[in-house]
Amino acid sequence: MKDWLCKNDQPLMLPIQRIEDEAEGVKTYYFSHRLNSRPGQFVMMWIPRLNEKPFSIAYDTGEEFGLAIAAIGPFTQRLAAMKVGDRVGIRGPYGKPFTIVDNAKHVVMVGGGYGVAPLATFAEQLRTKSSKIHFINGARSEHKLLFRDRLAKLDAETYYTTDDGSFGEKGRVTAPLERILKTGSVDFVYTCGPEMMEKAVFDLAEKYNVPSQISIERYMKCGYGICGACSVDGTGQPVCCDGPVVTNEQARTIREFGVHHRKGSGRKEMFA
Amino acid sequence: MIDLSTEFAGLKLANPTVLASGILGVTRDSLKYVVHQGAGACVIKSISKEERKGHDAPNMHGIEGGFMNAVGYSNAGWKASKEEFSGLKEVGAPVIASIIGKDAQEFAFMAEHFLSDEFAAVEAVLSCPHTPGYGTLAGQGTPESTAEITREIRKRTKLPLFIKVSPDSQPIGEIVKAAEAEGADGITAVNTMGPGIQLNIEARAPVLHFGRGGVSGPALRPIAARCISDIYQSVKIPIMGVGGVTTGHDAIEFMMLGASAVQIGTAIYYRGLDVFRHITDEMSEWMEREGFSSVKELIGIAHV
Repeated sequence: MKDWLCKNDQPLMLPIQRIEDEAEGVKTYYFSHRLNSRPGQFVMMWIPRLNEKPFSIAYDTGEEFGLAIAAIGPFTQRLAAMKVGDRVGIRGPYGKPFTIVDNAKHVVMVGGGYGVAPLATFAEQLRTKSSKIHFINGARSEHKLLFRDRLAKLDAETYYTTDDGSFGEKGRVTAPLERILKTGSVDFVYTCGPEMMEKAVFDLAEKYNVPSQISIERYMKCGYGICGACSVDGTGQPVCCDGPVVTNEQARTIREFGVHHRKGSGRKEMFA
Repeated sequence: MIDLSTEFAGLKLANPTVLASGILGVTRDSLKYVVHQGAGACVIKSISKEERKGHDAPNMHGIEGGFMNAVGYSNAGWKASKEEFSGLKEVGAPVIASIIGKDAQEFAFMAEHFLSDEFAAVEAVLSCPHTPGYGTLAGQGTPESTAEITREIRKRTKLPLFIKVSPDSQPIGEIVKAAEAEGADGITAVNTMGPGIQLNIEARAPVLHFGRGGVSGPALRPIAARCISDIYQSVKIPIMGVGGVTTGHDAIEFMMLGASAVQIGTAIYYRGLDVFRHITDEMSEWMEREGFSSVKELIGIAHV
């Protein structure tokens, strides 16, 4: 039998090893399993007889991995009611990760919400390459800012912005980003967060001719490029495989980036 | 040099590999991408009258030797989909519409409202095994239903009409004869088989949210091959063979049994979108070695 015919993607039923509070309404669920993920990849989590959803990977030490999840819908609320020892199905990791680009010695990372986590993991890996890192973390207000403790441990210059000025600089992530880009010393920009924030970050990086990588989130069902739910207009490629992290060259050809996405039925929805 | 081009019910195909319905195909640009990767034509994901969310996930599951799915016909409904599937010339190869309906009237509605001249043909699916209200679960896989649905669609479109049949609807020869008698121009054989069930025993639950799902991939191939053989003996209209075609040799097998083209679905899971090129390369290589010059020479030469 041909090797590739032995492929399958069956979920592993893994017990929740521990649960930690991350911020208001957000918990991180840890699993003792060697996932071998790279920053920016995701897993599919299955709660039997309920549903299956994609989640980005917040922590992966090699020995265990953690998923930071807010209880906002039926799926995540059921998860929030689970206890240590309860099992969920995990398959993956899937997707293209953030990558270290040769000669990028001075980089800016811009994270919003859960998007901060994969960038923080990535920053921890980059640090060993003796790169200079600026890390911008933005949210609507102080209690929505995630992973501050984690960023404090990073050997990076950190910036905080909140829309209401309750913590850090009042305003959007683009203000400190533009100040840093203006110095002309930045080699690369990485961003992960809400799409309109990412679009603003991408546009600024383009304006200053700095290459970037962007994580594009879409509705996903399978995770391996079959169902077509996450195919993006412009390239037609499914971002579960040809993403979620894309280069700025790719982002230019993804016509729907920052414009619209699709629901589970395939119907278009505009970004507000 | 092997001539890979072929014709199917008037459609000119650069090669006999066609994207099967339900795999990618949600958007026009995804079809364009698949054609760019080497498909000779493509079938869109099936469209219903109303918008449908489909079943909850997991919708798909790889098993040993095959694949199971229960997507439940998620689609944006006829109106939004008509807009989605416009400007189809950009795709670069024939685009075949796929329509579903709860009964003959709904199929008639779809033919009248959803189909446009931009499509090269239409495939009517009477054979889904995992969506209540449609396909075999709605009893559409009988000669009587097939005749009625084919007749209603035929009255409302001039597009070449293909009927997609289930491997579980028997005797399949009678079903395709009914389609041919009512004016179908081709048969797509076959849909997934089953449905089947697989449990995750740790979870004490079925692996698919819907509980059961259609089985595709290599496990389906011998069944599909036999159906193609039965159909080839029953009707004169051409057959689009589908069901577990994963290599060029599989495609040759289906064509030797009587298929004029083959659809590819699950194989994309195993081999990525390069599978279209892999399959045509493998076909060419084998045919060259065996002294063929055109894929058309294969059709029905070893029918059983």
